[in-house]
Amino acid sequence: MSDGSTTGAAEAVATEPVKRTPAVTGKLKLMSRATYVKEGVLATVFFLSAFVAVLGVALIFLFVGWKALPIVTSVGFGEFIGGLEWAPTDGSFGILPLIVGSFIVTLGALAIGTPLAVGTAVFLSEIASPKVRAVVRPAVEMLAGVPSVVYGFFGIVMLRPIIAEFSGGMGFGAVTAWLILAIMIVPTIAALSEDALRSVSPGVKEASYAMGATTWQTIYKVVVPAAKIGIIDAIILGMGRAIGETMAVVMVAGNAAVIPRTVFEPLSTLTSQIVMDMPYSTGDHRTALFGMAVILFAISMFLVAAVRIVSRFGSRS
Amino acid sequence: MNKTTANRIALAVLWSCALITVAVLGALILYVFVNGVRALSPAFVFTWPHGVNSEGGIFPTIVSTLYVTGLAMLIATPIAVLAAVYLAEYAHQGKTVSTIRFAADSLASVPSIVMGLFGFALFVEAMGLNLSMTSAALALSLLMLPIVMRTTEEAIRSVPRYIRWGSYGIGATKWQTVSRAVLPAAGPRIITGIVLATGRAVGETAVVIYTMGQAINLPVTPLDSGRPMTVHLYLLASEGINLPAAYGTALLLMIMILGFNFSARWILKRYRKV
Amino acid sequence: MTETPITTHADEATESKCVVRGLDFYYGDFQALTDIDVDIKKGAITAFIGPSGCGKSTFLRCINRMNDLIPDTRVEGTMLIDGQDIYSPGVDPVDLRRRVGMIFQQPNPFPQSIYDNVAYGPRLQGIRRKSELDGIVEESLRRANLWKEAKDILGKNGLALSGGQQQRLCIARVLAVQPVVLLMDEPCSAIDPTSVQKIEDLMAEIKDDVTIIIVTHNMQQAARVSDWTAFFLQELAGEPAVLVEYDRTSELFTAPRDKRTEDYITGRFG
Repeated sequence: MSDGSTTGAAEAVATEPVKRTPAVTGKLKLMSRATYVKEGVLATVFFLSAFVAVLGVALIFLFVGWKALPIVTSVGFGEFIGGLEWAPTDGSFGILPLIVGSFIVTLGALAIGTPLAVGTAVFLSEIASPKVRAVVRPAVEMLAGVPSVVYGFFGIVMLRPIIAEFSGGMGFGAVTAWLILAIMIVPTIAALSEDALRSVSPGVKEASYAMGATTWQTIYKVVVPAAKIGIIDAIILGMGRAIGETMAVVMVAGNAAVIPRTVFEPLSTLTSQIVMDMPYSTGDHRTALFGMAVILFAISMFLVAAVRIVSRFGSRS
Repeated sequence: MNKTTANRIALAVLWSCALITVAVLGALILYVFVNGVRALSPAFVFTWPHGVNSEGGIFPTIVSTLYVTGLAMLIATPIAVLAAVYLAEYAHQGKTVSTIRFAADSLASVPSIVMGLFGFALFVEAMGLNLSMTSAALALSLLMLPIVMRTTEEAIRSVPRYIRWGSYGIGATKWQTVSRAVLPAAGPRIITGIVLATGRAVGETAVVIYTMGQAINLPVTPLDSGRPMTVHLYLLASEGINLPAAYGTALLLMIMILGFNFSARWILKRYRKV
Repeated sequence: MTETPITTHADEATESKCVVRGLDFYYGDFQALTDIDVDIKKGAITAFIGPSGCGKSTFLRCINRMNDLIPDTRVEGTMLIDGQDIYSPGVDPVDLRRRVGMIFQQPNPFPQSIYDNVAYGPRLQGIRRKSELDGIVEESLRRANLWKEAKDILGKNGLALSGGQQQRLCIARVLAVQPVVLLMDEPCSAIDPTSVQKIEDLMAEIKDDVTIIIVTHNMQQAARVSDWTAFFLQELAGEPAVLVEYDRTSELFTAPRDKRTEDYITGRFG
């Protein structure tokens, strides 16, 4: 604008007068104490909120552990863990049958659920068209949302009669628990495995296809090996879900605290026995239940730690 | 067997894995629906149970479930969101952060009956809150905490750094940037996470069975006890009494949980379009 | 003297808005910039040019201390804005960034309404009255050449605009806090030509109030819009970048004093 004075004036008239924020002028402000304190206080509040998680875990461990402690002094650790007889009203507090029961139920559920879940994950990440995926994926997520008590109910009214017909018994026992739990851990394992499979770089797959490999060859020679750490993590977490599952198991396992001779006989697990006994337990019996909770908690923390170790190992190699 | 045949068989197996998964969900929903829909009526939803076999409705259990879930959400959400802000925006990677993450992962994997016993020992007995909505909600909120923390942290991290720069670039403080630019941008995903965690809490049984109680009662104050729908279903089913009511309760539970699931999806879809 | 003296551009331009002496910048152990001396002229547009990775964006981000947000970075030397050392201990970078606004390569509107985007800055400063905010929003959108397109859709999400409109929205958002310096980091590299034209126009319109520094890859753009140009170069990988030449744009593009500048503007490297 060469003729600044005149055109400038004309423009000033043409534009409507509107308010402006006052320009910040003058000396640059120093960081005020108030700002400093405010941001500091906020950062502390955030930190403390995050620390609630740590506090929660510590409290669970201390509180449940403290409640469980007397069982070690009154019964003894070896007798508690290794005792074969669970008859709390007679003063026998051996939880070995329950531990064995938990592992029978968990391992069987993993044996059935893992192939199904990993298969579904591979299907979702490697085979399904976007349309099919849009149906299957939400279905898997919804399986995760179904309450365990509904699974248990489904087990009682739908599955149990079939198993009873087949085996000639009541239908309560390991097999029924396996089938129900297998479905319950599918969403956990499938979702995490799918994430792992999807993070395999497309270049690797293309290279395999370019060499004339079929879809299946690409999957089991390239994609699954590349994602194996993530899949192992997923299976470990699925195991955690199965071993900690309570309501579905208590409803279909039959709840007999003995080591079963066949897979169609009733058995009991750590979780289901706690649910069964809580209402009427007192004294050492109650303490023993808390002892079982400590063991469950320790197992679940061990599995979380195992996932971390596996992941670290995987990222190193 | 040549490789084409092997490929066909393998693909068929993978297809059937997916089909089984979907079919089980379908069977479950269908079975519960077909059997439950007959029990469902306004009277079932809005009246009290009575008699030895819990005839009548399940109104107090619905209220108990909504009460405890809402309370747990109110307790867990602020802590979880602030914790996620810490992890995503404030924390420097190191021992502290990995400890917090390990704790959150552990909390997420605590078996629900263990959480129930813990709630019983601490809230019900030691703190003297008795079997109440508050005791149950506190235990439930510990269960929801890691879920909301994780989804919120992911939501915050997915906000592009450009958005933060835009805010800092016009003289916003860190807190202003987080509260006015980052959190609103992450909002839909955060809400989705809260809705999903709440849906999870609605279906919880083992946590609440020994913290809220089992007595049929319409809770008014947070210190009242009650019986949630899940516990009602468990008692009806395991005692084998009044199966129609059990089906009805299961169906209502499923409807509520599917409702939470679909609304979470809807929120995400709606905001993704802008 | 009977006439009111009319300040010409040349007079204004001799006054410096931003004075830099011996500035070094480090990312951890890596020195990215060394010994930068430059006087950015007030009321003018200064362009920073140079090959990718030559440190021009890094230097730009030193001027409003955006680099503070990257951990483990360090600045040495002096940087004065309006005679005040912005790196002197205790200076609040937040107050600095209110005066020295920044536009980025990627348009980054907040996922909020157009109105809320522009009102974001004033609201930070505590302005709450609707009428006052309305005025500021209109004024800023006008200055950013977006008012005509946006005035009927102020409630619409900023992300619904085209890329070029989004960038102008971001400019309006910065102008709403009345900065004295505006830093633009390749503002036109990701948007359509029509919007580029509008942004270049608005730069010329506002430069009397707001000293503008623009980083650009596009030498035609630098020649077109700027009054002064600085050429940065990192000669060897791993070595810090230097400011090779700084002059009036007309001089630098027609008669560069340095051989390296000449090679660059004639397209011999970079």
